[in-house]
Amino acid sequence: MKLDRIAEPWGSRTPYGPGETWPTRVDSYLADGLTEADVDRWVQSATILHSNGDGLDIAVKDEKIVGVRGREVDRVNHGRLGPKDLFGWQANNSPDRLTRPLIRRKGKLVETDWDTAMDAVVNRTKELLDEQGPSAISFYTTGQLFLEEYYTLGLIAHGGIGTNHVDGNTRLCTATAAAALKESFACDGQPGSYTDIDHADVIALYGHNMAETQTVLWTRVLDRLAGPNPPKVICVDPRMTPVAREATIHLAPRPGTNVMLMNALLHEIIANGWVDDDYVSAHAVGFAELEKRVADYPPEVAAEVCDVPAEQIREAARIIGHAERLLSTVLQGFYQSHQASAAAVQVNNVNIIRGMLGRPGCGVLQMNGQPTAENTRECGGDGDLPAFRNWDNDEHIEDLAKVWNVDPMQIPHYSSPTHLMQMMRYAEQGSIRFMWVQATNPAVSLPELARIREILSQDRLFLVVQDIFLSETAQLADVVLPAATWGEKTGTFTNVDRTVHLSDKAVEPPGEARPDLDIFIDYARRLGLEDKDGQPLVKWSDAEGAFEGWKECSRGRPCDYTGMSYAKLRGGSGIQWPCNEENPDGTERIYADGKFWADPSYCESFGRDMVTGAPLSETEYKTLNPSGKAVLKAAEYLAPHEIPSQDFPFQLITGRTLYHFHTRTKTARAPQLQAAAPEVWIELSAGDAADRKFTEGDLLEITTPRGRVEARLRISGIRPGVAFLPFHYGYWDTPGGHGPGKKEGRAANELTITDWDPVSKQPLFKTAAAAVRRIEKAKGRSSAAPTTTGSAPVAGTPPQTRGGAAAEAGEALTAGGRR
Amino acid sequence: MKLGMAIEELHRSENDLTSTLLAMSDRHKTDHEVFYVTRDIAKWSREHVAELARVGRDYGLDLDPEAKDDPGFVASLRQKSSELMGRRPEPGLLLLADLRHLHRQAAGISLDWELLAQGAQAAKDRELLALSERCHPQTLRILRFANAKLKEASPQVLAS
Repeated sequence: MKLDRIAEPWGSRTPYGPGETWPTRVDSYLADGLTEADVDRWVQSATILHSNGDGLDIAVKDEKIVGVRGREVDRVNHGRLGPKDLFGWQANNSPDRLTRPLIRRKGKLVETDWDTAMDAVVNRTKELLDEQGPSAISFYTTGQLFLEEYYTLGLIAHGGIGTNHVDGNTRLCTATAAAALKESFACDGQPGSYTDIDHADVIALYGHNMAETQTVLWTRVLDRLAGPNPPKVICVDPRMTPVAREATIHLAPRPGTNVMLMNALLHEIIANGWVDDDYVSAHAVGFAELEKRVADYPPEVAAEVCDVPAEQIREAARIIGHAERLLSTVLQGFYQSHQASAAAVQVNNVNIIRGMLGRPGCGVLQMNGQPTAENTRECGGDGDLPAFRNWDNDEHIEDLAKVWNVDPMQIPHYSSPTHLMQMMRYAEQGSIRFMWVQATNPAVSLPELARIREILSQDRLFLVVQDIFLSETAQLADVVLPAATWGEKTGTFTNVDRTVHLSDKAVEPPGEARPDLDIFIDYARRLGLEDKDGQPLVKWSDAEGAFEGWKECSRGRPCDYTGMSYAKLRGGSGIQWPCNEENPDGTERIYADGKFWADPSYCESFGRDMVTGAPLSETEYKTLNPSGKAVLKAAEYLAPHEIPSQDFPFQLITGRTLYHFHTRTKTARAPQLQAAAPEVWIELSAGDAADRKFTEGDLLEITTPRGRVEARLRISGIRPGVAFLPFHYGYWDTPGGHGPGKKEGRAANELTITDWDPVSKQPLFKTAAAAVRRIEKAKGRSSAAPTTTGSAPVAGTPPQTRGGAAAEAGEALTAGGRR
Repeated sequence: MKLGMAIEELHRSENDLTSTLLAMSDRHKTDHEVFYVTRDIAKWSREHVAELARVGRDYGLDLDPEAKDDPGFVASLRQKSSELMGRRPEPGLLLLADLRHLHRQAAGISLDWELLAQGAQAAKDRELLALSERCHPQTLRILRFANAKLKEASPQVLAS
């Protein structure tokens, strides 16, 4: 059967009931009218344009990728794929791919060879190491490389060069997930499993528009909702998202008030005695403090601050309080908001005090945004050390030094690794003078773009960009390294629920493009990085070797990979870590029986102060939690830093749409996806539009003290007083190239504020005060916002989002599915 | 009975701490976390000032419940000069000096709360004891913030 998957992003229903197995449904798309009979071979991989980790096979014909098909056997997706997976692979074949290294000569980027490019990078590194030392060198990586690459990068940066400045763009998408887990469980590691959806009777989604961020996971929820005894759904989101439309209760708080709302929910749960006292006394510390704190937050107070009816808060709390199997999920609506970690931690608190962890249907999914973000976190590619080692525990450092065969002093651990926003600040001040950016696009994705462009354009900063396209950031670089991407190299990656997939190489990369791993190893060899015995620091030369190295590094740690191998990952389904001798088939749920990785000598983190972000000392943590229980951390509500004023009356939030990924470098090069959401738009509520006599398609100017953007109006189901801009749209496909040029801005981040959560260091994209004014009437034009998603219109009649014949994808229902 | 004196002294110190935090915030506008966190935690010392003024009445004191504020133009001048210096390395050293000062000041106030709590116990003043038990932990959090920030910021300033 064929289905227009742009018009129907979640495909057909295959209903199922609680405790049943989710039926399979195999989705596929082949280009140019090819059929499966035309395909030369299928190569195993998983999806990369979101964090869900759906197993798929890549179709190859004449040594080119020609399509994809979901893997029916995979535990994550049971054969399904989302629109970005079905169509996004076409970007691999784009004629815009970088095929040769580029170097800046007389102000212009010109083609060069690998030796010249790498020598430039290595020589600058050496000069700066001689002149200033490792504090001059920084690496800004991504959530899109493979495990093997992050681990190698972490080794080179921390163990070889000895710099503390390593972070990923996971800082923007998943830093708060990690931080919240570290606060509550003293260690990263996802408590829940996707299969909890099969069992839950209540699913609460906090700031998580799952329908657009993880379409296949949402399909699983939709299938439960269509089946017998469906779960109740609670949605916290200021927008009328597809999740909100399916919700039993939809709470739409004012942006910046999440902690207030969470404290009111906890207040109700505790005041009504819906606490699992036995679980709490056996497995958690901090309940008295939490109870005392939330006593000050009755629903009436929250109703005022959040502008949500107290009765709705009570009803939501009642549903959560009576849940028998509660699954809670959290994403950017919390992570990119004011008091991000404090709010996300309160979600953990709900599950802890209700004793809802480690059993089927009882879990927390602190989500990620990107496909390999989990690996950035666990391999030391972000502001963490490999395998969740604690930078503040000398024994962990010694252990890591032993694995790497380096002097412990070589590994910086005088404070937690430098986070991205601080790295930008050091570059602004001139003490970071070398920045190597991989597979990400800070010139579009970071807040307050005018400032970021200034920092990245400085002559005194040597900027290396490793990417597959000439992104906005690459255009500012001194050296551009052309990389191979998914399908062109082998490696593994891990999704939100700890499922590890192998992604095999299907085809050769274009031109001289090289796998990121090869580039890192080449850098280490040219730099002459050695261990303490004078042997090469990086002991492997291919992905499988790196994986074997990583396994040793992970031995005995929470994210134990020692029971896996490429052979074991090939064929079949994905495997969830920890996977070791005791758990040879992986581990579906961690924290069963209330056992945590929180022992002071074992844990990854001693936690931080929820307001100041100051790390707790080992002594403080030992006093608080001597026997390694879960930690209930209370948080006071603080007002957001930028609040609406007469001049800037709206609260601006930014976010994503179903059809695009990050800064569109790939998805805009897939025709079906680009056509579904071709241009930036702004969303306002019907009331706010009526007050100003705005109609669908009017061209508006949006301003904040940082900048201005123009966008056409979509009147959507967003709450009054809030404006929404998608963040995907930059300048690479405009005459401006890397910035607005003489044209008006269209990147949402022209407007956002430089401010971050002090605990997770995640920048805030959902709290800025903005003004809007009309600069041109619609005159029959509509905004380009999709009608199928959170941007669905509530006024006017813009054209429906359809993909037509070009977007028809195969759907094989194998278990009696119905529409 | 010298408790009144102790309250008055602490009221003055908390007032100074508010000014220190706000001035520090303005001076480091381009160090965004310092800018915002110092403002957030200045709220605590502000509340301490108000609370001390309230209990001070029981001891015949007439203390201002409002923490004194710098005139707006001083703050904006500090913010402006911070922005002008934003691309230069010197503010790094200034930040270390400011954090060191903040640490010393908060440490002094922490001791003062300790003294007040001891005195309150001796005088069997439950309200005063409860007040110091409520406020002292926040002063300690300010102290730890200064210490942690100093630890985090100093390597880059000193080794570059």
